Amino acid sequence: MQEPTQKVALDAVHREAGAKMIPFAGFEMPVWYDSQIAEHHAVRQAVGMFDVSHMGEFFLRGEHALTLIQKVISNDATTLYDGKALYAYLPNEKGGIVDDLLVYRLSEQEYMLVVNASNIEKDLAWIQSHNEWNVEIEDRSAHLSLFAVQGPKAIEALQSLTDTDLAAIKFYHFEQGTMAGIENVIISATGYTGAGGFELYLPNEQAEKLWHAIINAGKPYGLVPVGLAARDTLRLEKGYCLYGNDIDENTSPIEAGLGWVTKFNKNFINSEALQKQKEEGVAQKLVGFVLEDKGIARKDHAITDAEGNIIGRVTSGVPSPTLGKSIGLGYIKKPFDKNDTEIFIAIRPKKQVKARVTKIPFV
Amino acid sequence: MNFPENLRYTEEHEWVRLENDGTMTIGITDFAQSELGDIVYVEVDTVGDTIEGGEVFGSIEAVKTVSDLYMPVSGEILEFNEAIEDNPEIVNTNPYKGGWLIKIKPENADDLENLMTAEEYRATVE
Repeated sequence: MQEPTQKVALDAVHREAGAKMIPFAGFEMPVWYDSQIAEHHAVRQAVGMFDVSHMGEFFLRGEHALTLIQKVISNDATTLYDGKALYAYLPNEKGGIVDDLLVYRLSEQEYMLVVNASNIEKDLAWIQSHNEWNVEIEDRSAHLSLFAVQGPKAIEALQSLTDTDLAAIKFYHFEQGTMAGIENVIISATGYTGAGGFELYLPNEQAEKLWHAIINAGKPYGLVPVGLAARDTLRLEKGYCLYGNDIDENTSPIEAGLGWVTKFNKNFINSEALQKQKEEGVAQKLVGFVLEDKGIARKDHAITDAEGNIIGRVTSGVPSPTLGKSIGLGYIKKPFDKNDTEIFIAIRPKKQVKARVTKIPFV
Repeated sequence: MNFPENLRYTEEHEWVRLENDGTMTIGITDFAQSELGDIVYVEVDTVGDTIEGGEVFGSIEAVKTVSDLYMPVSGEILEFNEAIEDNPEIVNTNPYKGGWLIKIKPENADDLENLMTAEEYRATVE
């Protein structure tokens, strides 16, 4: 089933810049350009730019677009207005998660859904299978590029390229503006790093022009291109879920801590079962932990108590460049999920490393 | 990419240097460090042990992955490069000098002849 890997529009530009390219979610993607740790610090302390054009974009249009969206997503899209976005997930019918996504309201009858690259075809088929209202669904994933310009200096790095007042775009809001002479760029104050900044959506044909313009305009502010490896350490420091690691078809959104984007004031797929689960409580929770000794927790490592009884499993783990310690996320049985509980991670067959349940975000 | 002529190489992307005193110094290649990315931790708790060629003597952790380290030839592990404990990044920046991993006393110095030359190794990674 291994499909040939696709290339992003800027494939040659990344290779020219010295990026190491790896297959990821069916695409050849830059994993780092030089040092992923240096790239991580650049985003936390100044600004960095990711090419995340592998992400998928669907456009839903028509008078029933909102009705379909309300049926398939967990969050309440009636709270949206033009220029506002929200985070949500697509629940499946057996208690798990099809994908997590962003929903943008472009106009009363047009919405953009941004989904994970690895799930584009699955999500499209899923949404289409619930489209009893014949809503027009256009998959523009292969035609749009997406750059994430993230970090405390993102506004300064970009402002010279656009007349749109970037500081005026509030978190989870967006505007369509001209940037580097390219019209109708979606400038969205969102991101996956917790460092602030923007995500920029534009047609592939214009992508290279904008990339170079941002590299040049951002240079005085320390902007560097950043690969997916640093994206992972940045998101984990903030405790953001990664689909395929922390959430998937078999994980409960309530256990995963996604209750805050689950709105029971409306009916959606599996909402009754999820509401029941939320009211009755869950047996395990996705929590953060910090290792107290050397080592790195990795996906699927067992989590045990002091006696060696298995109480959970790791879903993500990295050394945190900001903290200088190893951090991770994992599902842990109650009551071991309580903050400050001492736990152990089996990082090797015979090696247990002490860790402590820690509130997220880590930084 | 840099593969010094005076070293021998393994399929596991390690290099071996025969020293004047008959010991061997072992590290990972420039190719290996570039594939692994930023190295954060090297674990070797086998100093003093005698280990067969091809067996695991430790592990190396990059941010993204953990990899086993294999003995290129049979021998006794004499020393672990302590400098790596505090500055693991020297394995990335200087894999053939400051970033060496262990020194061993080989059982048979002739085993070196079974390993790849720089030219042979280069052909496997390029």
